[in-house]
Amino acid sequence: MDAILLQVLNGLDKGGAYALIALGLTLVFGTLGVVNFAHGAVFMIGAFCAVTLQKVLTISMKVRDKSVTFFEAYKETPYLEVWFGEWGTMMIDYVVILSILLAIPVMLLVGLVMERGLIRFFYKRPHAEQILVTFGLAIVLQEIIKSFFGANPIPVAAPEIVSGSANVGAWFGLGDALVYPWWRLIYLASSLIVIGLVFSFLQFTTYGMVVRAGMEDRETVGLLGINIQKRFTIVFGMAAVVAGLAGVMYTPILPPDYHMGMDFLVLSFVVVVVGGMGSLPGAVAAGFLLGILQSFASMNEVKQIIPGIDQIIIYLVAVIILLVRPRGLMGRKGVMET
Amino acid sequence: MTILDKKWSRRTVLKGGSALAGAAVVAPTVFVRDGWAAKNFRNNPGNASSVKFGFNVPQTGAYADEGADELRAYKLAVKHINGEGDGGLMNTMKPLSLKGNGILGKKVEYVTGDTQTKSDAARASAKRMIEKDGVIMYSGGSSSGVAIAQQSLAQEMGVVFMNGLTHSNDTTGKDKRRYGFRHFFNAYMSGAALGPVLEKQMGKERKAYHLTADYTWGWTQEESIKNTTEGLGWQTVNRVKTPLGAGDFSQYITPVLNSGADVLILNHYGKDMINSLTQAVQFGLRDKQVNGKNFEIIVPLYSRLMAQGAGKNIKGIYGTTNWNWSLKDAGSQAFVKSFGAEYGFPPSQAAHTCYVQALLYANACEMAGTFAPPDVIRALEGFKFDGMGNGPTEYRAADHQCFKKVLVVKGNENPTSQFDLLEVVQEVPRSQVEYDPSIFGGELGPYEA
Repeated sequence: MDAILLQVLNGLDKGGAYALIALGLTLVFGTLGVVNFAHGAVFMIGAFCAVTLQKVLTISMKVRDKSVTFFEAYKETPYLEVWFGEWGTMMIDYVVILSILLAIPVMLLVGLVMERGLIRFFYKRPHAEQILVTFGLAIVLQEIIKSFFGANPIPVAAPEIVSGSANVGAWFGLGDALVYPWWRLIYLASSLIVIGLVFSFLQFTTYGMVVRAGMEDRETVGLLGINIQKRFTIVFGMAAVVAGLAGVMYTPILPPDYHMGMDFLVLSFVVVVVGGMGSLPGAVAAGFLLGILQSFASMNEVKQIIPGIDQIIIYLVAVIILLVRPRGLMGRKGVMET
Repeated sequence: MTILDKKWSRRTVLKGGSALAGAAVVAPTVFVRDGWAAKNFRNNPGNASSVKFGFNVPQTGAYADEGADELRAYKLAVKHINGEGDGGLMNTMKPLSLKGNGILGKKVEYVTGDTQTKSDAARASAKRMIEKDGVIMYSGGSSSGVAIAQQSLAQEMGVVFMNGLTHSNDTTGKDKRRYGFRHFFNAYMSGAALGPVLEKQMGKERKAYHLTADYTWGWTQEESIKNTTEGLGWQTVNRVKTPLGAGDFSQYITPVLNSGADVLILNHYGKDMINSLTQAVQFGLRDKQVNGKNFEIIVPLYSRLMAQGAGKNIKGIYGTTNWNWSLKDAGSQAFVKSFGAEYGFPPSQAAHTCYVQALLYANACEMAGTFAPPDVIRALEGFKFDGMGNGPTEYRAADHQCFKKVLVVKGNENPTSQFDLLEVVQEVPRSQVEYDPSIFGGELGPYEA
């Protein structure tokens, strides 16, 4: 029982990341009609916001290790610790939280620059060209990050106070065997909050209502004198912020490296397709569904029956869903259809 | 009696005499072992003033940083072979035939390629080096699958491949090739070196759970470590294969929590090692008590470059490594000095093994007095040397595996600098890690490609 509940938690956690990335992809596709293959790179840039801030906060006073003579080796003490003592240590400890604050404006800017600087020129071009240009952009962004930070993953720790595991079993009277890392629980909760905020924005604000109207019928909204393009540009920025936040929050779980966006991108596209192109609830539901299925397929008991199932489950389920429901779980007629 | 009846003309006698004279001239080389082949090998430099090496390393992809360090080492080796710089390990290597004027008087040049850590890309890149650039030898590493693919190509093409970082038993086991040589240690040796240290540190009654990268290196490492730990009396609770580059290992780690195991063995390397170790620590495994003992994690193959990615999570975790820059022997010091002066930081174990391989090949050519692969191979087979950083070493003729000291290390609890990540716990002597080459099977194949 504990094993099953742990895999449910794993699945929800993983699904949270898939859902956040897929949500941004769907938003961009639903509003601007662009298939954005650079969205994974945006997730990666979000993670590197945390890495950059960590590097800045840990700029250090270097004390030479004199036992090393053939090159310069240093014991490093961050200036923040030297100047502010425990306060400095605490700031460094809370780098992921501080990075969230940094990532919101940075990612909004990244999104706006991407949309205004490149992607808007491809709105009326075929999807194949959009895919090529955004994929190319993703590779360029990856290489820029690699040239600055190298190819190796860079560790970013969660705050010390949430570094251990929570006794989840005790909360529900299930004993002590069900423990789960605090940070992963926080990640799951944050994913749900961000998803809730995006839906609330679209559902309960006038701005969101106009965006939804534009997604339904762009031309009519335009005829009402509303500059829908401008709003869609903001939505692109918002999608970048969502992916960026997912990236920042994921850094303590997966030490970021330049390729992490590409690792998530393919799965996130499967999530979007399974959820139904252009369907926001579909993307979120498919994200969590596929995350949970992937976790269950990795259980030893399942792998003993079908070896290798953990590596193909997502694609297998995608094929079955698309055979049964060609537009995905919640896809609408007319989207990406001619 | 026709022959006696035949008339012998002056022309016939001259023809016969010329043929005999020709045969006499050729005979010394024809009847010498491989004498004929020696003149007809691929990419024979002939009278050219230089020869070319090919350095095929991962320049993109997950191992790009390790590949970059390997390339630095190769460039340094070429410099030293050509008599430039401070000479590095040429000052300490014994016996040394190189004279500091290239190889057999020919200057060494090089070309580079990108394996992308993919077997097909590595083979394509190596083939280009051999066919287009005319390399006399190629070398590189970071993945056993890639190494085995390149070694196989070396045998097909008749060009020697000096393996860089590859740790699978198969490289010099079932997939060994006459044209492939490995200086780096292997999974069997890791197990043999770790065993006594694990027994001392963790006792004889342990239950181990393996998470293993699902490819040749992972399989052979799991097998070797399992044999070692079961030899100590440990039980193996489970062995789970994980896909290469899984990223999030949570679904593989959570079953460990309630499996009854008190040791987790991570047969992962590179990014997989960083991720699985980081996540295992996050799941509280290191703070856990199981069966009345502290839960332990073991990483059988360590790399300093990878250890940087895992941050403080590596502290106190045991593993093995081929070489570490902190060693104090003359060879290691000479290499660290050269590399440090050139690049400003210490070399990795990958850099060390690649540098040594380049030097060993060059030295073998000098010993053989030719670049002809069969002769160079024979010079390397059974070659015994010292002063290269791991004590007295031998290139075993039977499987082309180097035998030397192996280092058992653990993540440093109190590093004195940013490079001081691994603490050498023990230098395990060669005799403890040696094995019968027949246990892994395989055939080296012919000298003539």
